[in-house]
Amino acid sequence: MSRKVCVIGIGHTDFNSITPDVEWKELMYEACQKAYVDAGVDPRKDVDSFITCAEDYLEGFSIFDEFVPDQIGAVLRPCCTVCGDGLYGLGTAYMQIKTGLMDVVSIESHSKISDLLTMGDILLHAFDPVFERPVMGPVERPRYGGSPEYTKEAPKPLVGSTKEKQRVHPYFLAGMEMQNYLRTTDTTEEECAEVVVKNKMNAFFNPMADYEAKISVDNVMGSEYLFTPLKKLDISPNVDGAITFVLADEKTARDLGVDPIYLSGFGWSSETPWLSTREMFADYASRSSQMAYKMAGITSPKKQIDIVEVDDRFSYKELQHLEAIGMARPGEAGQMLMEGELARDGALPTNMSGGSLGIGNCFEATGMQKALEIITQLRGHAAKRQVPDAEVGLAQAWRGIPSGSGAVTIFERGGA
Amino acid sequence: MAEKIEGSPGYAPGTRVSTKDIVENKITYTWWEPEVQYSWSLGQAMSKFLTGLKKGKILGRTCIKCDRVLVPPRMFCEYCYGPTDAWIELKDTGTIETYSISYLDSDARRIKKPILIGVISIDGASPQHGFMHYFGEMSEKDIHIGMRVKAVWKSPKDREGAITDIKYFKPLEGGEKK
Repeated sequence: MSRKVCVIGIGHTDFNSITPDVEWKELMYEACQKAYVDAGVDPRKDVDSFITCAEDYLEGFSIFDEFVPDQIGAVLRPCCTVCGDGLYGLGTAYMQIKTGLMDVVSIESHSKISDLLTMGDILLHAFDPVFERPVMGPVERPRYGGSPEYTKEAPKPLVGSTKEKQRVHPYFLAGMEMQNYLRTTDTTEEECAEVVVKNKMNAFFNPMADYEAKISVDNVMGSEYLFTPLKKLDISPNVDGAITFVLADEKTARDLGVDPIYLSGFGWSSETPWLSTREMFADYASRSSQMAYKMAGITSPKKQIDIVEVDDRFSYKELQHLEAIGMARPGEAGQMLMEGELARDGALPTNMSGGSLGIGNCFEATGMQKALEIITQLRGHAAKRQVPDAEVGLAQAWRGIPSGSGAVTIFERGGA
Repeated sequence: MAEKIEGSPGYAPGTRVSTKDIVENKITYTWWEPEVQYSWSLGQAMSKFLTGLKKGKILGRTCIKCDRVLVPPRMFCEYCYGPTDAWIELKDTGTIETYSISYLDSDARRIKKPILIGVISIDGASPQHGFMHYFGEMSEKDIHIGMRVKAVWKSPKDREGAITDIKYFKPLEGGEKK
């Protein structure tokens, strides 16, 4: 089991709030083709296994797996879909290579969220059907086809009124979590606003970002409350795009003559779905980081890791996640930010890509977006946003509302 | 609430749940219905194909490298993984690859007039390139694998750029030859 696993190719599309000019297959094809060219491999001959990360409900297909092979080069080849964030796919690829089962594996993840017209209800569909969904708006008794007893009567509302079709937007959950986070850590709304200012500014230097903006804390604080204490600008807007990586064992990477970036640590974790029982301190991130640190032999993360990308789909999440992965004590991440430690020239450059606040919420491709930035930085290809001498980087992602699941990966230059 | 199941074996005495039990809310269950709507942007290949249907044409794409004519068209060839090369207009005739006669609707209820449905290989395209559609103007006895068929189109004013701009495929008059 001494095989080392490395990233040998990366590819991505532009990221845009809407992409009416391409279908999701063409979006995936573009990212994959770029990654295969970057790695110098022919997917029809050189890639042993193909992984896509996608959630059926977001795509609008039952068994989305079936619609994947053509555009990623996987027809009649080993291919599977992981229902989760892209980092889970990266972990799956890691295991396939580490065990010696495969030498070269491709991983694709994308967002075509602009195709989904009813995102609110789809996310509500992820809440508990007994205790949570009925509290979020009116529920009608179903009309079962084929059973006359059911179709005779008009459906009766179980909760609420069927006349008001109004249901609460699922992002209220992030508002609840932020409330709890601010209170227990003495972090302020202003500090969270600083995350938005920083990330949207970083996005100016990342050509793939769609939501760059030069704004101040006052702009964020003055934007309307949507789910107190979350304001409009605290929330990452949706975006479409696709990202693909090619992974290989070290020997294959050397044979191909590419400059490998090593995947040296990986961890993942899931909390209980009971909202009332969760800690709301991103324990999933904490556990997955500990697993990844152990695998990568990292004992003091803050000293050994040069650059991080953490999930910032809501502003407070960046601070909460930094604390969860051990880069700051609870309540300290906000101070670190205010003292400039999370800036490009700071002690812990964080979300140099612009993060989800600057690029947009890539849904299941969020983890891939984080990892893409780390790989680009470790390759030294980040142009104006390049962090000098970056050797070790960490990418962390959460599966989004309402999940308590996430993963962490650690990448290294020059050999793990 | 529930009736005893007659003739149940002694080791597994059961009670049957009746529809009435469910209607009267004697069984604990919950329900919820999400509002689910998608609007997929179709991109280059599908958009052009559907625009073609609106004009009463079936369009394909060629892959020179693999010597294939792809219907429905795509901008990339899934065999060689390269981009496809050019648009080509095909005939609206073809051959039934396989079919089935469906006697049930999607809720498994018996329907009076069975639905004839199958896959058609379009003439001029590579083998096994075509799409699924309904068959009409033929009986359950007539339909067979290898049967030559022709598209029956909606009138131009009723076409909207959808696969259903073709109403169904009917037997091709004048024989079995391609």
